[in-house]
Amino acid sequence: MPDRSFAAVLARRDEIVAAALGIDYGAFERGELAFEYEALMASAGTTLEDVRAIQRAAKVGSTPLLELPALTRLARLGAPAGKGATILVKDEAANPSGSFKARRASVAVHEAARRGYRGVVAATSGNYGAAVASQAAMRGLDCIVLQEVYDSLGRGQPEILEKGRACEAYGAEVWQLTVGPELFYAMLLALEETGYFSASLYTPHAIAGIETLGHEIGAEVLERYGRPPDAVVCTNAGGGNVTGTARGLRAAGCGATAVIGVSVDLRGLRMDSDRDFNRKSFTTGHTGFAMPFLLDPDRTDVPRSAARPLRYLDRHVTVTQGEVFYVTEALARLEGLERGPAGNTSLAAAIPLARELDEDAVLVVQETEYTGAGKHPTAQLTFARELGVEVRRGHPSENVPGRVIAIPRSPGELSAVEVDLDEIRRGYLGRAVGDRPLDSLGDVDLEYLAAEVGGLPVATVAGWLEAESREAGARA
Amino acid sequence: MSGEDGESGGRAGDWAELHLVLLGPGERAPRLPAETAGAPLEARVRGFLEHDARVGETAAVRTVLGRRVEGSLLEVLPPARQTFGRPVPELLEVGSELRALIRAGGLEGA
Repeated sequence: MPDRSFAAVLARRDEIVAAALGIDYGAFERGELAFEYEALMASAGTTLEDVRAIQRAAKVGSTPLLELPALTRLARLGAPAGKGATILVKDEAANPSGSFKARRASVAVHEAARRGYRGVVAATSGNYGAAVASQAAMRGLDCIVLQEVYDSLGRGQPEILEKGRACEAYGAEVWQLTVGPELFYAMLLALEETGYFSASLYTPHAIAGIETLGHEIGAEVLERYGRPPDAVVCTNAGGGNVTGTARGLRAAGCGATAVIGVSVDLRGLRMDSDRDFNRKSFTTGHTGFAMPFLLDPDRTDVPRSAARPLRYLDRHVTVTQGEVFYVTEALARLEGLERGPAGNTSLAAAIPLARELDEDAVLVVQETEYTGAGKHPTAQLTFARELGVEVRRGHPSENVPGRVIAIPRSPGELSAVEVDLDEIRRGYLGRAVGDRPLDSLGDVDLEYLAAEVGGLPVATVAGWLEAESREAGARA
Repeated sequence: MSGEDGESGGRAGDWAELHLVLLGPGERAPRLPAETAGAPLEARVRGFLEHDARVGETAAVRTVLGRRVEGSLLEVLPPARQTFGRPVPELLEVGSELRALIRAGGLEGA
């Protein structure tokens, strides 16, 4: 029996992952730190049409794109004359497992079946678990889902308990773990024991699965409104949603559409803390994932992540937990759509962002997710109160992650707080280059880094790196 | 769970939840905050009991995939514990406020 200690399992990581993915990531490495991203994406071997066909057969996609007239009116009520874009929402809750994650899972599970794996494994506390389980059920494949659910006192996060129930409803074997990054360790063990396919969120297949979402939005807005969307707002955590959506928009001829990432502000809470774990009301789509993954997209369960959000983001904003609960209530009461709340993170930002745009502009919120016991705002706020979090009406600025949830008193209080993307880009570059002397980087590396931070000119990136190197020298 | 109280134990074939310790407090990933590092990494998994067992005893299940797992018996027929919670007064107010705002803002587009 192989050694099951943490260190021993992690030491076997590369061989386990290679057997479970069947992708030779080494073939894409270039220069000192670069890799061929587009070649990796092309290695999935599927065109957008192929993905569409896979998804049609898997009951995924072609979700309704709904106009939200009441929320559009709310945005215009607080806007300067002539301002206030029409707000649309892509009702991704209409996918088989109730979220856009079915798109990712459909292609990953298709790939597992095509290559003859008997089952799939996914480590996720999100909607992706149910998505993989649902897709595996359709194909008669075994499915194991590993989740981070409980704190050390045995208190389960209600939303993740619900996601676990959904996984079991689709026939998955579900492992519910306590808090800690060792979810990855447990996933490696499951892969090693079963020889199943790793249905990682971050393979080229998974990301190709989201491209249809961006493409459907672009094509339908062009047809219905005679213009590309002016902005598409995406909830951002690990970066796959942003990456796939933006790539799909470009494929639909909507390359000029502003892609805006949104995360729930949970700054101050540690994601690996047993104490902080249950003091947050959002389990994904928050800064605790978004910021580390922007700075280092490869901190995933694959050697090179196909989700590279900094390449595609035009802006990134944050919203508070209280604002997302507020717009979730607005969506139900004014638009007759009971969804989320977690999938409504981008919707919370949509109202203030729409106010910046002209009245004839079109802003698309690119997802919804199903709601249910555990997920619903009443479930989350009841749980938060039980843990001593204060819930009250108040300005979004009064939110303190883990301590206070302030639900806005009027739509005028909704705001999208800008993240300085240039600061994130510089942080990304600093981490990517690390201790390497700048003269060790060739043209291939600099061009790669420039593409990684959103297609900036190579000279700009080189200038930033030189300035950083000078500052580091001065500090030393 | 025929004949056995689910809180005290179960019989072979009952659907049950096991508790496992995957890593002890000293065996966990490096650089964890103290409150996490000081706790074991635990797991819960469900399946059909292979034999009669009492809660707290070592037991084995076959999962829905037919895999055998051993752990300590936690519960027979574990219920879903997530609920919709209690009504939230702060949210109950929101719908009426927003409807009033839209009405006051005029009929155009409403």
